Amino acid sequence: MTDLLLLFIGSILINNIVLSRFLGTCPFLGVSSKIKTATGMGVAVTFVITLASFISYIVYEYLLVPFELEYLYTIAFILVIASLVQFVELVIQKTSPVLYSALGIYLPLITTNCAVLGIVIINVNSKYTLLESVVNGFGTALGFTMAIVLLAGIRERIQSNNIPKAFKGFPILLITAGLMALAFLGFQGMIK
Amino acid sequence: MRELINRLKTGIFTENPTFMQMLGMCPTLAVTTSAQAGLGMGLATTAVLILSNFAISLLRKAIPVKVRIPVFVVLIATFVTIIEMLLKAYVPALYNELGLFIPLIVVNCIILGRAEAYASKNKVLPSVFDGIGMGLGFTFALTLISIVRELLAYGTIFDIKIAPKFYEASTIFASAPGAYFVLGFLLAGIAAIRNKKSSKGRA
Repeated sequence: MTDLLLLFIGSILINNIVLSRFLGTCPFLGVSSKIKTATGMGVAVTFVITLASFISYIVYEYLLVPFELEYLYTIAFILVIASLVQFVELVIQKTSPVLYSALGIYLPLITTNCAVLGIVIINVNSKYTLLESVVNGFGTALGFTMAIVLLAGIRERIQSNNIPKAFKGFPILLITAGLMALAFLGFQGMIK
Repeated sequence: MRELINRLKTGIFTENPTFMQMLGMCPTLAVTTSAQAGLGMGLATTAVLILSNFAISLLRKAIPVKVRIPVFVVLIATFVTIIEMLLKAYVPALYNELGLFIPLIVVNCIILGRAEAYASKNKVLPSVFDGIGMGLGFTFALTLISIVRELLAYGTIFDIKIAPKFYEASTIFASAPGAYFVLGFLLAGIAAIRNKKSSKGRA
């Protein structure tokens, strides 16, 4: 139980997916201009990563390993993720139109969010069990949500600031993200 | 012929995928810790980009529009798997250094982006040159960033000692915050040069 808890906290803070592992940087920089959209993206990603961790573990252990097809993992996982995203989109559309209109545009983007594929591959490489994979996936996704919402909050403030002309837009965004990453370095060594 | 050279120039300079379009940020930030890794990642991505642009352009009339994205993704994943196997067999050192980021070439937005924006609408030869141009532009950007980071972090370039003795290596540039800082300042530099140019043009 302690192991799982440590894995969970570690995946949120210490190995934060965007700020220390550099996965999912595209949506992190792309859809973080407003807190509201950032939260929507975070929730959608959390949903997909948690499910993808679960399903790809089953696909890997019970489909690829028995047939000795491990080398096809990239193709298998990207198919799992793409169809999962499509499926989630359909389900949300049918069951909750409100949620759909909130998440709608972000869902297709998640297929090419490298955080999803990255976590699934990390799960397999670290030889996590089913439970550990899901916990790691969920924790990582929460870490992603936290980072993107924090960045969105900072960006809303920066907008009214006086920034040197050359730094407007992406450069200041990257430097902000760098300062956040610096702050997150402080978590290193919290768990041995 | 001019059209083909134009494709190369567009990819490397005017529409450079990293500096102008801000695509493929994950590998750009993650594997640029050493010049060797940056160059290797750039070339591996270029290879996948050329192959996928070639195949998608060739099949562009056979792929139904509605399922094109899954088809593109599977094609790209196949090429990535081939490159991954080749790297593992022939350059294991680079394979170990890039690690997780080799399979992640699949979700590099540059590749899917070029497939969707260019290869699925154009003839085979221009598409291949588009792949070469964009790939080299990406490689150029990655190599530049990684040279700066390696120099600041360890005082070396391609493992060759460059910095004078009194320079204290600051490994922060090899870790996460350094990646954001270096790219941020490089982009600001590019923006400053462009601002200067455009104001000159007006005067």
